Parts: sequence; structure tokens; C-alpha cells
Amino acid sequence: MSAQDVIFILIALATGGGAVLTVTSRNLVHAALFLGIALAGIASVFLLLRADFIGLVQVVVYLGAITVLFLFGLMLTRAPIGREALDSRSQPMALAVSGTLFVVLTFLIVSAFRDVPSSELAQSSIADIGIAIFSVWVFPFELASMLLLAALVGAIMLARRESGESGEEGEVEIILDALPTPGDVEADRREAELEGPDDVVTASPNPPGGGR
Amino acid sequence: MTLLGPLVLAAFLFCVGLYGVIARRNAVLVLMSVELMLNAVNINLIAFQNLLHGDDPAVTGQVFALFVIVVAAAEVGIGLAIVFNMFRNRASINIDDADLMRW
Repeated sequence: MSAQDVIFILIALATGGGAVLTVTSRNLVHAALFLGIALAGIASVFLLLRADFIGLVQVVVYLGAITVLFLFGLMLTRAPIGREALDSRSQPMALAVSGTLFVVLTFLIVSAFRDVPSSELAQSSIADIGIAIFSVWVFPFELASMLLLAALVGAIMLARRESGESGEEGEVEIILDALPTPGDVEADRREAELEGPDDVVTASPNPPGGGR
Repeated sequence: MTLLGPLVLAAFLFCVGLYGVIARRNAVLVLMSVELMLNAVNINLIAFQNLLHGDDPAVTGQVFALFVIVVAAAEVGIGLAIVFNMFRNRASINIDDADLMRW
């Protein structure tokens, strides 16, 4: 067993522990942070497999963006915290299904790849990936950019608050009634002009309520 | 480095993600479990690319992993937008409450 294998086992233990704590933690914010640990472990697995570009992309996209996005999601929805609120009644079934799947998958993997010798890792540079993306995979690459654009527009459309649907319209009207109307402002300005030029600046040049 | 280690780790992460998808009720936690499953697939792709097919000039495994990351990012964006909409309309992100379109 080489030193690489020992390092891999340590990283795998940290990653698996983070993943298990993600799906069992009672505190939502802790679950998001444990997910960050698991994703960082996966990034280091990529680095250990000498896929350095994918490892860096993993750090930037997952650790930098998606974990923060999940934290935002958890804090904006102020969900209840507690075992009953987080876990459904199908917990034993979930444990049975995933445990069975893990046993079956492990058996299949071991029986299929037991004879593969421990091999030397291939070193692929970032230049290779770039050339491959822009020669062999250029059409899927453009498709992926279109997908991201569609997801961007769709997410904005979904999360946008339509005016008038949220029940805040009433409050806004009350505020508008309380404000002086443009006619009042005009009267004030005329009054101020009659009194003297010093008070002209106090009259607001913008009619209130027009900014909405 | 042996091929078995990354493959077993990926299978474990996938099963943990599957457990989270089934057992959790909070929609954001379900999305987090889906992310775990997608990352498990990425480990598989990278391991097969770099340990078995290192002489492939088109680095297929790594490019596939990049595309999976792209799709996962899009999925998280849309999913969180849907979750926010659901929270706004029903004041709950419990996925058992989302039964409006159930048969």
C-alpha cells in the first residue's frame, strides 16, 4: 500500500463522515457546513487522482458558490429545526433501500474490478482539456452555455416577486395617502415664493409617489 | 493507486445521497443530497478516466465531469428558485406539503 493509498483512505473517511453528517444532522446550517466538508473532500480526491482542473472547478463552483447558495436558501426560508420537522416517516425504508443498494454496488464493483492492477496515474494538463473541449466537445459545450443561460433566466423569472400578489399593496397605498399630493406641493411652493426666495429650496422638486 | 477505492467511495456517497433524498422532508436538504449523488458520479468519471484510460486524447471523463458540474449548478439555481416560490406561497418547504399536482 503506497502513501497515496493511505492519504486517499484518510480523505475518504473525512468525506464519508461529512456526507453522513449532512443527511443526519438536526441543525440545518450544520448540515450545509458538513456538505461543504464532503465537497472539499471530493475536491481533494480529484486532486489525488491528478485531475487538478476538475478539483479547482469543484472548489470554485461547489465550495464557493453552491454551499453559500444553500446557506442562503436555508436562512431565507427559516425552516423549523428538529428531528420531526426534518426527517420523514419513511426513514427505515430509506435506510433499507440505500443500504441494500450500497451492498449490491460494492459487491458488483469488487467482483468486476478486483483484477485491475494498481496503475500509474495519467497526467492530463489543462491544455489537453481545453483542446478537447473546443475540438471534440464543442457542440455539447455550446449546449451547456445555452443551458446555463436558460437556467439563469428561469431562476430569475421564478424567484421574482410579482407586484400586487404579495399582499403588500395595501400598505403601499396607505403610505401614498399619507404623503402630500402634487397639488399640495405646488401650493407650498407658491406660498414659499410669496414669502421669500430662501424657502424655495425646501419644496421638493419631485412629486411624492412618482418613484414607484 | 487502486481503482477500487474511489469506486467504493463513490458508491457510498451515492447511497448516502439516496438516503437523504428519501428520508429528509426539508426541500433544501433534499437538494443538498442530490448534490452528493451527482458528486459521487463525478468521482467515478474521474477515476475511470485517469486510472484506466489515461491515454485518451479527448479526456472524455474529465469533460463529462465538467458537464455534470454545469448541469448541477443549473439544477441548484432552478431548484432553489422553486423552493423559494413554494415557501412564499405555502409558508412551508416541507416536500410532503407539495401535493397540489398529485393525482
